[in-house]
Amino acid sequence: MGTAAEPAWTGLPPGLLRMRRLLLVVWLGLLTAAVGLLPGLFAGPVWALLALPPLALLLWGWVMLGRNWRSWRYAERADDLLISRGVLWREETVVPYGRMQLVEVTSGPVERHFGLASVQLHTAAAATDATIPGLEPAEAERLRDRLTALGEARSAGL
Amino acid sequence: MSTPAAEPAISRPHEAAERRLHPVTPLRRAWAPVTVVVGWAVHDPGQAQKQLTKLTATTLLAGLAALVLAAALYGFLTWWFTHFAVTETELRIRTGLLFRRTAHIRLDRLQAVDVTRPLLARIAGVAKLKLDVIGTAKKDELAYLGEAEARRLRAELLARAAGFAPATAHEVGEAPARTLLHVPPRMLAVSLLLTGATWGPLAAALVVPTVLWFVTHSLWTVFAVGVPLAGAATRSAGRFATSYDWTVGESPDGLRIDHGLLDRAHETVPPGRVQAVRIVEPLLWRRRGWVHVRLDVAGSSNSVLVPVAPREAAEAVIARVLPGVTVPSSLSRPPRRAGWCVPFWWRGHGLAVTDTVFAARRGLLRRSLSLVPHAKVQSVRLTRGPWERLLRVADIHVDTGANKTVTARLRDAEEAQALLYAQADRSRTGRRDARPDRWMAS
Repeated sequence: MGTAAEPAWTGLPPGLLRMRRLLLVVWLGLLTAAVGLLPGLFAGPVWALLALPPLALLLWGWVMLGRNWRSWRYAERADDLLISRGVLWREETVVPYGRMQLVEVTSGPVERHFGLASVQLHTAAAATDATIPGLEPAEAERLRDRLTALGEARSAGL
Repeated sequence: MSTPAAEPAISRPHEAAERRLHPVTPLRRAWAPVTVVVGWAVHDPGQAQKQLTKLTATTLLAGLAALVLAAALYGFLTWWFTHFAVTETELRIRTGLLFRRTAHIRLDRLQAVDVTRPLLARIAGVAKLKLDVIGTAKKDELAYLGEAEARRLRAELLARAAGFAPATAHEVGEAPARTLLHVPPRMLAVSLLLTGATWGPLAAALVVPTVLWFVTHSLWTVFAVGVPLAGAATRSAGRFATSYDWTVGESPDGLRIDHGLLDRAHETVPPGRVQAVRIVEPLLWRRRGWVHVRLDVAGSSNSVLVPVAPREAAEAVIARVLPGVTVPSSLSRPPRRAGWCVPFWWRGHGLAVTDTVFAARRGLLRRSLSLVPHAKVQSVRLTRGPWERLLRVADIHVDTGANKTVTARLRDAEEAQALLYAQADRSRTGRRDARPDRWMAS
């Protein structure tokens, strides 16, 4: 039974970081180009400096996404699942397998394109927010099957 | 669930007979259009008067009669098409004229049963029966049944939910109740007078319209503002009426709560359904040693366990509601440095973890102590904001099945980390000796 020993943490695969950074670069890159080029062409080259704030935002976002991605990790212990996340606001969630009501694997169109899926656990308490985003589909399915099997074995009601 | 062994139980030839609701039921719908018309007239008096002068008395009466008739027909049809039946494991409600709806409510998942008798229903000798199962809608209540029938049905449903043999469930009858606590009306009145919720709206209802009158001299403004405020001011009187003759009792089929002056309500919470209990102690009650106790049951709207009682009496009730739980008397405060995070109020926070319960207190003036039995904990979370991390403190959140979260704030970071894992372990082991869903089946 896991008690004092540090659990074996698993980080998220790099795919999620790649997807988020790409989205960031695409959107903010377009904005930077638009804000820099249009006033630069029509109002004078000095106005191209307007592109600096979105560019700064892009660089800052690049770093923050990396930090946020590194902060996500999860551990499957003998009887419960741990999820830890957050950089400034750290949050660590423990969900005993027996309390799981439903395990969900979701994947949006963009996520599917990058070959990613998220696993979400629901208990009878709506406040339980146990989501693991950006897993590889095979890992997501393995986790789902394992959690369901463990949940059935240790099932407990309300 | 498609095992062949389960099939005979499903398609059993011996089905319970379907029944209809009490024949008074259609009448309750007959009043709806009248109230709508009256509501419209009150809402927009000028327009209503203009319309009224256009009509003659005969057309008015005829229109009203037609409305009432149509409503009565609607009420009759809904009554005619609503059936319910009690089977071995379920309560089935079949309803709807155009849009058919059949609800099968599993009795072993029963969270609470309420029999309520509003004033008019009491005069007519009928009662409303409501079953709380997680996810049930408002329309899954049985309104109305004859009073004796409602009581018999409640006893039968509880007996079946408890797991009595189907044949005997009919004859088990009402389980005898033992009174645990009765709130005298005097104490209730005094307790309401000692809360800010009584005096605040009353003062507002007196002061605001007066000030408005001197500022605007417009009668309409004063009325428009004063009427809702006066409504809010009478809320305490309403609370007195609902909490009048509050009796908490105990019976083999669960906790009984009976209350009400005009509208009587009889609530039953089967054993093991209470997710959490909260003891609230308003500032002005502290000298008298009175407390207010609330309870959380999943999927149920009942929330008050004891409106007011001396602390010892309330704790005795809690010991019956959550078996084996004693209210911890001493709680540990957050470390002193937490004062930099939450000035003054950090003293109000406290935590105690015993073998059976997780207890967290908050509030400095109006103290509230939440108790969650370990067996009812669904998940545990630890959160730390930037400022809290600087001070090496953390918050522990415990989520219960009644969609409530109990938070122990500002614990020492290392203590919190240990507590997080320990609480998850306790929540798992605490479940082992919990009661089964059918608490009387061997």
